[in-house]
Amino acid sequence: MEKKITVKHVKEAFELEAICEQVDMERVITVSDLSRPGLEMAGFFTYYPSERIQILGRTELTFFEGLDAEKKRDRMEQLCKKDTPCIIIARNLPVPKELVEISCEKKIPILRSSLNTTRLASKLTNYLEGELAAIKTIHGVLIDVYGIGILIVGNSGIGKSEAALELVKRGHRLVADDVVEIKQTADNELIGTAPELIRHLLEIRGVGIINVMTLFGAGAVRIHKKITLVIQLEMWEKEKQYERLGIDDQTMKIMDTETPVNTIPVRPGRNLAVIIEVAAMNYRLKLMGYHAAKEFSDRLSEAMEVEVDN
Amino acid sequence: MFKKTVQVQLKTGLHARPAALFVQEANKFVSDVFIEKEDKQVNAKSIMGIMSLAINTGSDITIIADGSDEEEAVNKLAEIVSKEE
Repeated sequence: MEKKITVKHVKEAFELEAICEQVDMERVITVSDLSRPGLEMAGFFTYYPSERIQILGRTELTFFEGLDAEKKRDRMEQLCKKDTPCIIIARNLPVPKELVEISCEKKIPILRSSLNTTRLASKLTNYLEGELAAIKTIHGVLIDVYGIGILIVGNSGIGKSEAALELVKRGHRLVADDVVEIKQTADNELIGTAPELIRHLLEIRGVGIINVMTLFGAGAVRIHKKITLVIQLEMWEKEKQYERLGIDDQTMKIMDTETPVNTIPVRPGRNLAVIIEVAAMNYRLKLMGYHAAKEFSDRLSEAMEVEVDN
Repeated sequence: MFKKTVQVQLKTGLHARPAALFVQEANKFVSDVFIEKEDKQVNAKSIMGIMSLAINTGSDITIIADGSDEEEAVNKLAEIVSKEE
């Protein structure tokens, strides 16, 4: 689903000064790109991205000042399109009166910042990318194990929360229980967090809701964490084939990002926490360049070749 | 897949206790059951999920089920939240 934020949010986040009061602060911003309408000031509106926030800096405004009165009006008229969310003036520069007249009439907010243009643009881009990133909620548990963000998924009652509790007891850090809100950043990283209402809480059947932070301390929780590995828990089925070697790495698609996944069958007496810990360590080892299963496979082929040679 | 949008009539909304009852009921069905409020969807078999939505009385929720007993599940759960006590 497409996310959007309003001009009001941006104004508050950046403490911008509103030039004209009678405007529509509820205008929506749907794209994280910005536009510095330099060529537009010169009259070239062919590819004018009007849906973006428009930033006018010293260059644009100085050029604009050099235009004659008629052109000034015309350029500002064209700048204020129906879908232009807002116009931001950098460096606390004075706002051209043509712009004030036209934008107030069209109810497009003009905001002013004290930052210089490039700095404002980079801060705004970061902010917009964060705010406009797609969000998905997933039923699962997110926990930081040895620095690896592990998302544990599986059917209700399979023991996700219990595994999380055991992991917390072993010194790992809980991010979210049961509901993980996942945000996909611009470079396809998945950042998981808990909804604020149930942050740091864990539900253990038979005990009830516990607060991990008050029970285990601030070191036992995290606010958000990048998801790098998915652990899928499922009931052990006799007929089903489970990964025995680990030579082929499986992945699972979350939003648009392929994430490595380990499917782990659950059976009474299997210590899930230890298995998850080992999966995390093994994954770290792979990142560092050591792949135990592949190494073994190479060793095996070497040994077999020796046999053949003899 | 079967779904139904209902208005929550429970006086306290889906506060902790009613949420627990609701989840217990949802767990009786084999279908996967979800609840959607505004643009957020959570698993209806998870108490934390339900409570994270903070469903108050009068809000509209959509109950979605997928599986062999989907219709029954949706109707039963819709009935629970439509009660006024």
